[in-house]
Amino acid sequence: MLLSMKWLSDYVDVNAPIHDFCEKMTMSGSKVESHSNEGEEISKVVVGKVLSVEKHPNADSLVICQVEVGQDQPVQIVTGATNVTPGSMVPVALDGSTLPHGVSIRKGKLRGEVSNGMMCSLSELDLTVHDFPYAIEDGIFLLEEECEIGQDIGSAIGLNDTIVDFEITSNRPDCLSITGLAREAAATFSVPLKLPQPIVRSESGNVDELLKVNVQNPELCLRYIGRVVKNVRIGPSPRWMRERLRACGVRPINNIVDITNYVMLEYGQPMHAFDYKLVKGGQIVVRNAREGETITTLDGVERKLSPSMLVIADSEKPTAVAGVMGGEYSGIMEDTQTIVFESACFDGGSVRLTAKALGMRTESSSRYEKGLDPNTCLPAVQRACELVELLGAGEVVDGLIDSNPAGRAPTTLPFQPDWINRFLGIDLSAETMAGILESIGFQVADGQLTVPTWRADVECGADVAEEIARFYGYNHIPTTGLRGSAQGSLTGEQKFTRRIHQTLLAQGLSEIITYTFISAKNYDKIELPQESELRRSLVIQNPLGEDTSIMRTTALPSLLEIVARNYNNRNESALLYEVGTEYTPTTEGELPLEHQQITLGGYREGYDFFQLKGVIITLLDELNISDYEFIQQTNHPTFHPGRCARLLVGGTDCGVLGEIHPKVAANYGLGTRIYAASIRVDTLYQNHQAIKECRPLPRFPASMRDLALICDEAMPVAQLEKAICSSVGPVLEKLKLFDVYQGAQIPAGKKSVAYSLALRSGDHTLTDEEADAAVKRALKALAKMEVTLRA
Amino acid sequence: MKNAIENMRTSAHKALEKAASPKEIDEIRVRFLGKKGEITAILKQMGSLSAEERPAIGQLANEVRARIEQEIEGRIAALKQAELASRLEKEKIDVTLPGVQHPIGRQHPLSQVLGEVQDIFLGMGFSIAEGPEVETDYYNFEALNLPKNHPARDTQDTFYISENILLRTQTSPVQIRVMEKQKPPIRIIAPGRVFRSDAVDATHSPIFHQIEGLVVDKGVTMADLKGTLETFVKELYGAESVVRFRPHHFPFTEPSAEMDFMCFECHGKGCSLCKKEGWIEILGCGMVHPKVLQNVGLDPEVYSGFAFGIGLERIVMRRYNIKDMRLFYENDVRFLDQF
Repeated sequence: MLLSMKWLSDYVDVNAPIHDFCEKMTMSGSKVESHSNEGEEISKVVVGKVLSVEKHPNADSLVICQVEVGQDQPVQIVTGATNVTPGSMVPVALDGSTLPHGVSIRKGKLRGEVSNGMMCSLSELDLTVHDFPYAIEDGIFLLEEECEIGQDIGSAIGLNDTIVDFEITSNRPDCLSITGLAREAAATFSVPLKLPQPIVRSESGNVDELLKVNVQNPELCLRYIGRVVKNVRIGPSPRWMRERLRACGVRPINNIVDITNYVMLEYGQPMHAFDYKLVKGGQIVVRNAREGETITTLDGVERKLSPSMLVIADSEKPTAVAGVMGGEYSGIMEDTQTIVFESACFDGGSVRLTAKALGMRTESSSRYEKGLDPNTCLPAVQRACELVELLGAGEVVDGLIDSNPAGRAPTTLPFQPDWINRFLGIDLSAETMAGILESIGFQVADGQLTVPTWRADVECGADVAEEIARFYGYNHIPTTGLRGSAQGSLTGEQKFTRRIHQTLLAQGLSEIITYTFISAKNYDKIELPQESELRRSLVIQNPLGEDTSIMRTTALPSLLEIVARNYNNRNESALLYEVGTEYTPTTEGELPLEHQQITLGGYREGYDFFQLKGVIITLLDELNISDYEFIQQTNHPTFHPGRCARLLVGGTDCGVLGEIHPKVAANYGLGTRIYAASIRVDTLYQNHQAIKECRPLPRFPASMRDLALICDEAMPVAQLEKAICSSVGPVLEKLKLFDVYQGAQIPAGKKSVAYSLALRSGDHTLTDEEADAAVKRALKALAKMEVTLRA
Repeated sequence: MKNAIENMRTSAHKALEKAASPKEIDEIRVRFLGKKGEITAILKQMGSLSAEERPAIGQLANEVRARIEQEIEGRIAALKQAELASRLEKEKIDVTLPGVQHPIGRQHPLSQVLGEVQDIFLGMGFSIAEGPEVETDYYNFEALNLPKNHPARDTQDTFYISENILLRTQTSPVQIRVMEKQKPPIRIIAPGRVFRSDAVDATHSPIFHQIEGLVVDKGVTMADLKGTLETFVKELYGAESVVRFRPHHFPFTEPSAEMDFMCFECHGKGCSLCKKEGWIEILGCGMVHPKVLQNVGLDPEVYSGFAFGIGLERIVMRRYNIKDMRLFYENDVRFLDQF
């Protein structure tokens, strides 16, 4: 919302420097985004009078002018413009002047003749013919204003307002107006508010003979007021009105349209003017659109209407979409003679839905959808008619049509100063509070508050407290600490997750955070089969684009994408992890299941499967998980069939790790081996032991035995280890693989696997016999698997 | 004989002085002190001495033996020391050569700062609550006093899964979920990711993170809200931080406020960092709206509370002077390694 400070000063005298004004308004709840001075880019541009125009001796297209600019001597200016004549009053940019968009003017020579500046066109002053309808677009701006030679151009053409840009919150449509902001300013600076009281002479005719209004849906049209103006003389509006519209960012059009815009800015009430001759049957019907009805709106677009939309119609067809936009066919033309002013109040929700459905959010709809006060309709239409008379733009017909003359009754609330003091933590007297409330239009009497009708946002005690707080000053409220003690703590899961991060970071993986919505194409990139359950994802109805259109069921593509980006950026290595959400759809209309997944991996020179596996084993150890197992998996579509393992934790499937399938790597443009893993956090959590139990330090020495075994080359060593562990029993303290060998001395198709066993008893020193017996048990069990001792 | 013993002492001393290696010293030891050594040989001749002479010579021989032994020890020690000194000299390195680093991972800057924020609030007695990222319209909007067709819904461009299921646009639904489950006193923060259909640029991302806070109890005041958030800011940015509270509007709080802190670059005078405002907005907050309390079955006459929402990206960008939000989600290791 742009506010003209000149306009504001009609209603309230704020004697404060602009910086203070902005600061104080912000702190009382009307946030100032910025402020600017009109014409602040323009300097050393003055009014000049052309004394003579002579031909340029060396150029047919140029003329030499002597211009009086209020200095001792006239200045000589060379121009190519053809519309200046002796006597023309013109804006003159003197030597050393500046113009909008960073233009600066220096004296110089044009084809050998001195030119001491420039005469300006409208566009050089950043103006258009809408601002000065008498001027021309392509030529010097010939001033028709009352002005003096040598006068600063800003004051000569009214380009000297200060404009403040407010960010008005959606609950305060009343502040989207000069009067609303004036009320706030008056309360903020504790000065009186002088609001306009429109007076309409309206001496001719009778509106009832010309117009009927039939509101068929009073729930969506809370009030409709129509007034007629005849013998309309369409023309430009006066300079003061054009200046104010321009300052508030509205382009002047003609006097009638300008009046509707002026009143909208002044009162916050959208106004509409119809051409009366196009209101067929002299009847305005406010009704829901009919099935299949269409309207061509002012912007020239034909729009399909639906029965949920409210329209303004004549006896035949819709002439406007209520609260959104007028129809082309009823608009004001140059030859319009009689007009109808509409000042109406429509239901905010309905306007919002209609504007959204038609895809046209207008100045009018954005005001209505916030909920306007039906009681503003009357003063607004009166003000419009007053301005018609003031501008001599037509004759206002006596009387008005009002669908709801009673308007809206104000609401009341109990006035509870004690509660407000307790709620805010302050100590103000009831009188002070009443004073604040009265300054913004509330009435306080007998313990009751009457809420002004334009403040529909004030519904309860907390709303009243806010009014008190913002004028008392948020920063005058004391600061206190919370009373009572409370223990802040992390849940078990939260501590567990922190531990996951710590362990992965300590192992050299860096954390990434990725988007959790992806493209369905990612499932192809990781080679998921068409029938894969993971392809069933939540679909976003209105995504930003295809690449962010579904909620991921697996975070692997997100990791691979980041790895690929790092690879393409020629980063030497990238080992990364994410603890992020994966989403599993449930039944239609229900929320999905969300779980946290550890996704990790990347590349580094010399990195291999076993380094990746080591990271995961360390993670499991640190999380105090002992019951886990890795099994070879050959059919995971994303992973190398010979270098992929499934991780079982507590006997249940917990994740997968391995080398990314070369096909998948190629899909991501990765020219190196990538290792990755994907592990469910909840399964880990369910299988971890929260507190470790301390084992006593051994009191008896260990016996060491080495075993070199020969087994089938395809046999996973995990099977050997299982057999050794279960056959040796509790005396096996530690089993360590120290060599795997194939080659000379080993039969083809076999491999040698060497282990060292640490054997120890908790209650005595093992004898050699006991240790040997343990080894024998192992060998016996291994023999059943056709595993033999290496000779 | 006495002379012979004393000569022996002198010649041992001279020999030791010349000895340059442990081997030579050992030879000296054998020559003088060994079983067939010179002292032994002398002592063997003791029998030929008279009874009067014997004790004196014996004593002298023992003294000399002890002297030689001592001298040998000393010599060995000196040699060892010289040997060590020469080894240390040889082992000298250029300590300005690069060190060998064990690569540790870098935590994402968003997580690092979030961790700090969590610790500050944990210290103030808050617990950490969580809620789903895919939410119902009810929790994300309706229960928060944002009924259908509320104009404020437009400011949070929402991704929809279906008519009633959406990607949460704020962490505020966690407030409702917590209040439904837990009776006051409540003191929680709820960090998490939120979604809004903003196109990606340097300051916008369709996914970002918020930290919601909620306190509900009997007699909680707006002064408590101010005190709590001021403490938080001073913990995060330093005790010298200056904050202000500015009226604002959120449908689920009343009164509502935005908290700004004084620009640390220009100290309120206005500069390019704070867009000439002198203040930088860091969070939104307010007293929990009575309708929100009623929606979860709490009597606003009995209970009151406050809530706040912090944009995590914003404070992280501020802290590290990160100019482009996209860096957070691109995850280039050259970026991550800086934190």
